[in-house]
Amino acid sequence: MNAQQVIEQFRATGVQTCFHDRHINPQIYAGLNGSNWSLKDYEARGGYQALRKILGKDGGEGLTQDQVIATVKDSALRGRGGAGFPTGLKWSFMPRQFPGQKYLVCNSDEGEPGTCKDRDILMYNPHIVIEGMAIAAYAMGISVGYNYIHGEIFEVYERFEAALEEARAAGYLGNNIMGSNYSFQLHAHHGFGAYICGEETALLESLEGKKGQPRFKPPFPASFGLYGKPTTINNTETFAAVPWIIRNGGQAYLECGKPNNGGTKIFSVSGDVNRPGNYEVPMGTPFAKLLELAGGVRTGRQLKAVIPGGSSAPVLPAHIMMECTMDYDSISKAGSMLGSGAVIVMDDSRCMVESLKRLSYFYMHESCGQCTPCREGTGWLWRLVDRIHRGEGRPADMDLLDNVAENIMGRTICALGDAAAMPVRAMLKHFRPEFAAMIKSDAASTSSTTGQAA
Amino acid sequence: MISNPSQGAVSAMTLSEATQARFAREVAKYPAEQAQSAVMACLSIIQQEQGYVSREAELAIAAYLGIAPMAVHEVTTFYNMYNQQPVGKYKLNVCTNLPCQLRGGNEALAHLARKLGIEMGGTTADGLFTLQQCECLGACADAPVMLVNDRNMCSFMSNDKLDQLVDGLKNAEGKA
Repeated sequence: MNAQQVIEQFRATGVQTCFHDRHINPQIYAGLNGSNWSLKDYEARGGYQALRKILGKDGGEGLTQDQVIATVKDSALRGRGGAGFPTGLKWSFMPRQFPGQKYLVCNSDEGEPGTCKDRDILMYNPHIVIEGMAIAAYAMGISVGYNYIHGEIFEVYERFEAALEEARAAGYLGNNIMGSNYSFQLHAHHGFGAYICGEETALLESLEGKKGQPRFKPPFPASFGLYGKPTTINNTETFAAVPWIIRNGGQAYLECGKPNNGGTKIFSVSGDVNRPGNYEVPMGTPFAKLLELAGGVRTGRQLKAVIPGGSSAPVLPAHIMMECTMDYDSISKAGSMLGSGAVIVMDDSRCMVESLKRLSYFYMHESCGQCTPCREGTGWLWRLVDRIHRGEGRPADMDLLDNVAENIMGRTICALGDAAAMPVRAMLKHFRPEFAAMIKSDAASTSSTTGQAA
Repeated sequence: MISNPSQGAVSAMTLSEATQARFAREVAKYPAEQAQSAVMACLSIIQQEQGYVSREAELAIAAYLGIAPMAVHEVTTFYNMYNQQPVGKYKLNVCTNLPCQLRGGNEALAHLARKLGIEMGGTTADGLFTLQQCECLGACADAPVMLVNDRNMCSFMSNDKLDQLVDGLKNAEGKA
């Protein structure tokens, strides 16, 4: 075997994470098997019918821009990248009559620890994202788009480029799509290792070929985005939901989920479960059901805690989590957030201090350095948690951790600071005794000052 | 030509026609006045071809895109995956972030370190392997996961599979 053949033996197949038939009424992952990603397969699944429909190429009259946006509003589709902002409302913010160039951007910079859903969408069903973007661009009067793809999934970037070539050749992208007066050019762009670029304005900076440092908002991308032009940015899964909505109607999509939480959602379940993977289920599915789909907690262990929405989401203890349903409102009410839908499961063998230590290291490593509270504060958080974990913590350290976290939150340009602070505060809130137990009682005499703490 | 205290004067490397063709394909994605947008792709192409991004390569990219050398260097140094120094022929990046930590990411890293006889961050004496820890690769359900030379994700990397990978690559290089 040559080197490339050696490496390819270990390439993901999607069998464990995506083609396992343990989704519930899937829309985005429906009918996939790993080899049917191409254009003709997508068309056989009903692909590009939604684009035909809005352009009036299916025998109907077509949909106006306002009708497309109204349909998406009716669906209650909310942004799948983490913030959960209503998609139709976001689309209505785009100044459609702006005379210059406008841009559409897909955020596929999937780097939130725990999240791997967009990878499987783009790898195994790339045309659903292309069609969703083409519909969005039509609705907002946009002629150029970019899909910014996480640099670590280079094979996925290459797959998406191959799908773009197919769509161009078939006339679904380019000038005068299907003989209409609608034109849309779409390109792929890759990152190269910077978590911060998942933040939408950092992503725009990166797309411009710069360091990925977030911008102040306002102005928001809808008025000052890529190259200073009006820009709408949505997550991969958000775009992937759009073709189904156009084909079946906003109301039908809403009814798949629960009020204010339309449709299906893909949850990436990782950590201490028997079958880690992506599970597409209706919004509002009980967490207990999702856990069951993922094979339950690692055999022989009990559920201890869950981070329900990616590493930036506050951790929830088992007894609270088991009462939740998987939708924005339920998880929010429980004190966390649905985020990107990355469900990190931890069993009763896990040390919460050790878990927090790894997350704190990550945020320190990935802080872009632009804002002092985040640049310095994330270092303090990691050094404090590390010290406690090494058994060298001081009694005042828990209060100090809380204090540093509080002094980061709300004081930075972007949400990375908050994302670093929230897990700390939630861990202290729910698992304080574990931290206390690790702090040596005999260290009390050396803890009088905080100045040399970290 | 710019000076570099440690290396003396540095001048731009010459880009082959094939490399320039790859660059051109990237530049064509962006508006004519926004060639800078292609810098990340150009850097990753250079890294794939040369193994790392030298100052000479940065100067060549800057000249090709018509931007300041510092604008290129800022990008090389900001993003984690660009190699600012030569690395082994196979750069192995093992994710140890929390979801991987829960499923053996640290053990995978430690196993590779033992097998290769190097520390994290080190390169084997034969120049074949560099071992690094990395942050989330976005393949959490496949843990333990690793990247080989930036562009190849390897999933479910148990110790047996790590052995197969390393032994297989050594074989392919005739160094078994």
